[in-house]
Amino acid sequence: MKISAIVTLKREVLDPQGKVISQTLKNMGYNNITSVRQGKYFDIELDETDKEKAKLVAQEICKKLLTNVVIEDYTINLK
Amino acid sequence: MKSSVIVFPGSNCDRDVAVALKKFKIKNQMVWHEETNLPKSDLVVLPGGFSYGDYLRTGCIASKSRIINDVIQHAKKGGLVLGICNGFQILIETGLLPGVLLRNKKLRFLAKNVFLKVITINSKFCLNFNKKNIIQLPIAHNEGNYFANNKILNRLEDKNLISFKYCDEQGQISKDANPNGSSNNIAGILNDQKNILGMMPHPERLIDPLLSGEDGAMLFESLVKSN
Repeated sequence: MKISAIVTLKREVLDPQGKVISQTLKNMGYNNITSVRQGKYFDIELDETDKEKAKLVAQEICKKLLTNVVIEDYTINLK
Repeated sequence: MKSSVIVFPGSNCDRDVAVALKKFKIKNQMVWHEETNLPKSDLVVLPGGFSYGDYLRTGCIASKSRIINDVIQHAKKGGLVLGICNGFQILIETGLLPGVLLRNKKLRFLAKNVFLKVITINSKFCLNFNKKNIIQLPIAHNEGNYFANNKILNRLEDKNLISFKYCDEQGQISKDANPNGSSNNIAGILNDQKNILGMMPHPERLIDPLLSGEDGAMLFESLVKSN
């Protein structure tokens, strides 16, 4: 099973890098940009056919390793 | 000869290079990244450092800064542009030089002296290296692993656009002498017209015996001589 996980900073946590990218886009003429948040994307391949089990593993992976739950959120997609 | 050193937030070799330019009687101005007009210059230097905190990709945000349009125009008109370290990364991101600079192969920041072989002296930056073609300069970078597809690499080799390659003390260009995993041991390259040089090593840091060597001085002497 293929799993993708997106990790981003929580909304309330300042993302300086995202802010700089947003400002740069404005300087480049994209005046309608209102916000950019930067994150990380993980492509994970799991030897598991049961969707529910795979989801549980993915959640565990995200909590234990991929995110710092204090400042980051994650989204999981199963394919 | 007149030069402009572009200063970005996070540049940290801007003053070093200004000292070097002054030593060789090049009239220099510091130009802040928010300026929109480049002062009249024969040479533009993009200095080393960590422009904009290396956000997104090294050199990426600087390559979209306000002053950069004028730098690109200057380069396209044949004006000299020297990009050192982060400056090289910026030149790559603007598309003025081909390829990409990846993270060092061993994923470690490297700060040490390396030996370089001057591959071509046929540019305004390297004329004076005819006296000495194995030199030693410091490197200090995390993303200096030059990478390009075979087509670009062959072109650089065939057209003689590689100015420096990492080598050992005897001048042997080998895998062991390659500090960061660069394709073909590349440490610095020129554009087709040879008016733009991007290099990872820092010539401005070795311009005086007091700084333990003068190998970098030859680059600045070449610029003065060619003008």
